[in-house]
Order: sequence, then structure tokens, then C-alpha cells
Amino acid sequence: MGRYLGHRAVTSLIVIIGVTIIMFVLQHHLPGGPARAILGAKATPPAIAAFNKEYGLDKPLPAQYLSFIGQLLHGNLGYSYKLNISVDSLLALDLPKTFFLVGIAFLISAFIAIPLGIVQAIRRNRLLDHGLTSVSFLLYSMPSFWLGLLLIIFFSARLHLFPPEAPQGSTLGQVITDPGALVLPVLTLVLINFALFSRYIRASAIDSLAQDYIKVARSKGLPEHKILWSHVLRNSLLPIVTLLGLSLPWLFTSGLVIEQIFNYPGTGLLFFTSATSQDYPVELGITIVIAVTTVAGNLLADITYAVLDPRIRYS
Amino acid sequence: MTLFTTPPGGASATAIADPVPAGGAVRARSRARINVLGVIGLVIIVAVCLFCFAGPLVYHTNQTGSNLAASNLPPGKGHPLGTDNNGFDILGRLMVGGQSSIEIGAAVAVIATSVGVIWGAIAGFTGGLLDSTMMRIVDVILAIPPLFLLLILASTSPPSVLELIIVLSFLAWQVPSRLVRGESLSLRTREFVQAVQVMGGGSARSVIRHIIPNTMSTIVVNATFQVADAILVLAVLSYLGFGLPPPAATWGGMLSNGSSYIFAGYWWQIYPVGVLIVIVVVAFNFLGDALRDLLDVRLRR
Repeated sequence: MGRYLGHRAVTSLIVIIGVTIIMFVLQHHLPGGPARAILGAKATPPAIAAFNKEYGLDKPLPAQYLSFIGQLLHGNLGYSYKLNISVDSLLALDLPKTFFLVGIAFLISAFIAIPLGIVQAIRRNRLLDHGLTSVSFLLYSMPSFWLGLLLIIFFSARLHLFPPEAPQGSTLGQVITDPGALVLPVLTLVLINFALFSRYIRASAIDSLAQDYIKVARSKGLPEHKILWSHVLRNSLLPIVTLLGLSLPWLFTSGLVIEQIFNYPGTGLLFFTSATSQDYPVELGITIVIAVTTVAGNLLADITYAVLDPRIRYS
Repeated sequence: MTLFTTPPGGASATAIADPVPAGGAVRARSRARINVLGVIGLVIIVAVCLFCFAGPLVYHTNQTGSNLAASNLPPGKGHPLGTDNNGFDILGRLMVGGQSSIEIGAAVAVIATSVGVIWGAIAGFTGGLLDSTMMRIVDVILAIPPLFLLLILASTSPPSVLELIIVLSFLAWQVPSRLVRGESLSLRTREFVQAVQVMGGGSARSVIRHIIPNTMSTIVVNATFQVADAILVLAVLSYLGFGLPPPAATWGGMLSNGSSYIFAGYWWQIYPVGVLIVIVVVAFNFLGDALRDLLDVRLRR
């Protein structure tokens, strides 16, 4: 197991280094490069040259890359000259709000999808299974923004049940004081995730049901509900761990779209407004954080899986 | 399936095949059902292509000059689906907007799949250090959510059709490359590939003549999902305002425009285009599922 985890840790590190190289190249090829981003569009060529000399931007690229990495390792993600605040402080405010939104939606959808997926597996190819499959297929093919718009049209414009805008506030504490306004963004994300999760759980439960230990449990006369509870459910839950790790980029992406539609003040909306105002340091900073979180999430999922399922360690 | 907007696990809701083959009768029935859906998907795709490319020849509208005197008209005489806030005819705009979606979607599918197939086949066939290096590169690109990278690039300057095709393809070839690598890893140990080497055939011949043709079914299925995926990403991108710049018509842009009028009740600016996007994506997913069933991808065990 130690060898397996060591191997995974090394490949994750390599991937993270690769991500930083891409980000470094992007930073240098964005219009004007760092100097223009900082000095503004009206900077004169001599001013840019002086700036480049002062900050070591005239050095060879490998040396520049090393200092870029040095900054990252010190947790310095850059400075937004448009908003006049460091990217770190922006993220410190907005990341918790995004994690909250995406996390709540993940938990709720897993909570609904797990029992439904198992029921579908037990009643495979029956009416209920086909019905739920069609629902998840339809939800799956819906662009997230279209689903969000439909919910706004139905619940806000027609029924006046929930506001079309997410709760506003600069801290997470302020955001959660208005749960009614959270309903629509969370619901949209839950529906999108549900479509994927229930398929996953269904496939995994069908797999568990066909295993020999289920036959053994049946033949020794264990009641069906006990089989489902202690054998099928537990073994079908394993893939959820992998699913969470693998879904991270997808969760962030749908988070971005949902935050934009509902004006939810999280990282996604921050990224969107930075893209509209060409605030590159913020865009790059957020992307690096998300990419590193993704790689770390995958690694963590693999470790958890190896701990939970001893068979993995030997493969 | 690629990962623009697509989550892990496959391009479509049914992408995760039942791990256990169902009984014969059930299997045959579900296969027939899926193939009916596949035909439906194909018919829809053909119909939408006709609508977008042949439609404007019959139904002439002006989609470049705005006409504010005719803005926000409800469906009626002269405008079967009404007009938008710039006075553009919605039906005509659906046709023109669809052209760029379908062209870009198809081009991305072809390019991304070709690059992915070659990359994956070489990595899987060669193995060793080259394989690990090539696959780590795939991992790196997969670690960055494509929408974020797309927005960074699109925020520098409004993209052209060609730029969109290149960037979307760059972000979409990783999944086919992984699929093909997996298959070529097992194919290279098969007798017919080893026979080529025994007879003195080169690696290039093994890859081009023997490995790639044997992964064709996986490739075709994946390419179908790639089109759906690219159309979706394109819609999201234009919805967020970073797609093709005006005066180009895009489905995402129409939806974004119409969403400003949700509370005004201008339903004709939202429903037709939204439903059309969903229908096209569902159609490609239906077709992909049916092809997978037909070509027995992944069900082969």
C-alpha cells in the first residue's frame, strides 16, 4: 500500500508542476504580460523595461518560472490591480462561500441518489428504473444555465416562491442568513448532480448485487433488508468517494455557471467578473487553486479508497 | 466523453453500462429500445441540420441589421416565433445560430478525436517512459476545468470561429486518448499485432493498420458524444458573453438575451432556443448510446 500511495503522490506532484507551467506560460502570453497588467495600458516602453528589470522579468524564462513557483509556495497568488486587493484576500472571502454552495448540493444529491440508485438496481429494467433513467437522462442533457433559468421562470416569475437572486453578503455568515434565497441555486446544482450520481450508484449497486458474498448471505438465510443494508449499501458507497474526487472540476464548472445566473457571491462569480474586466491575476489565481484542489482531491479519493477497500492495495 | 461540461463517468446518462449483462430477453429488448432512440436521434440531427442550413434559403430574414421598430414582438404574422430586443426574427436567428454550433461541434469532434486517437495509440503501443510522459500531459490538461481556461483565453479578445475550434479541440482530446490508450495496451499483446512485428513490420504499421482500426468503434462512439459536448460548451460560453462576438448569432447568446426578459413574460425569446439546445444534445447522446450498443463497445467482455 505504501508503494501504491507513494506512486500516486509522485504523479500528483508531477501533474501540479505541469499545471503551474501552463499557468506560467499563460501569464506571460496574456496581452502585455505582467508589466502591462500592473502598470496599466498607458505604460511607456521604457517604464515597462524598467519594471521588467526591477522584478527580474528580463531574466531567462526558467529563472522566472522558479521565482513564480517561489511566490506560489509562499501562498502569494498575485495582486488584482483592478480591485486593488491581493488575490489571496479575495479568495479567503469567496472560496468558503463556493465550497458551501457546492458542498451542500453534493451532500443533498448524494443523499437522494444513493437510495434511488439502489432501488433502481434492485428493480432493474422495471417501470420505476426506466422512469428514473429517463429523468436522469433528461437532466443530464440540460445545460446547467437552462435548468437554472427554467427554475427561475417557474419558482420566481410564476409562483413567487423564491427570489431569483442568491443571498448577498461578503462573508459566508451573511450568505446563510437568507436560506430562502439559497433554495434555487442549490436546487439547480442538486438536479444536475443527481442525474450523474444516481447512474453511478445504480451501476455500482448492480455490480454489488451480482457478487458471491450476496449469494452467500442469501443462502445462509439473511433477511433481504439486512443484505441490502450491510452488504449492498456499504459496497455501493465506495465509488462515491472516487466520484467526489473525480467530480471536482465538474462541480466547480457548474458552480461557476450557477453563481453567475443567481448572482451568488462566490469564486465562480468572482472569476466571471474578472474575465469581463480582464483582471488576469484573479483569473489565473482562481484557476491555479481549482486545479490544485482537483489534483489533491483525486489523490485524497485514491487514498481513502485504498484505506476502505483492501483489495486496491494489492492491485 | 470529454470534459468540458461533462462530468466523469461518461458522456451520457447511460454511459455507465450495466456491469452485469442482463438476461437474454431483457437484453434484446433493451437493445431494441436503445436502437429506436438512436434512430430518433439520427432523424432529429438530420432535421436540425436541414433546418439550420437549408432553412435560411427558404425563409429569408435579416440577422445583421437591427430593427428596433420591430423589437420584442410576440409570435404572429411575419414572425412565427416573434422577435428579440433588437428586432431580429427569432425563427431565422435559430437557423443562423445553429449553423455555427453544428459546424464548430463537428469540427471539434473530428479534430479532438483524431489527435486523441493518435496520441493514445502511440502511448499505449509504446508503453514505458513515453507512455507515462504522454499520459501525465493528459492528466495536466484534465486537471484544469476547461471552462476556466476558455474564459481566460476568451477574455483577452473575442474569439473567431477558427480560434474556438482550435481551443475547444485542445481541451477535448484527452478523453479519447485515454480510451484508445487503454485499448491499445491490450491490443499490442494480441497475436495479430505480434505477428506484424515477427514479420518485421514497423511500429508505425502496427499502430496505423492494426491498432487504430480495432479501436474504431470506441472512436466513433466517443466522437458522437464530443459533438454534443462541444455544442453545450459553446452554448455556455456564448451565454456567459464570451462566444462569437456580435453580429454573429449564437444559441447561447439568444438565451442570454432572452433571460433579461424573464419577468416581462417574453417566453418566445427563451423557450424555443432552450428547447432546441436540449433536443440537439439529447439527439447526439441517443445516437452515441445506440452506436455503442450496436458496435458493442464496453459490452464486449
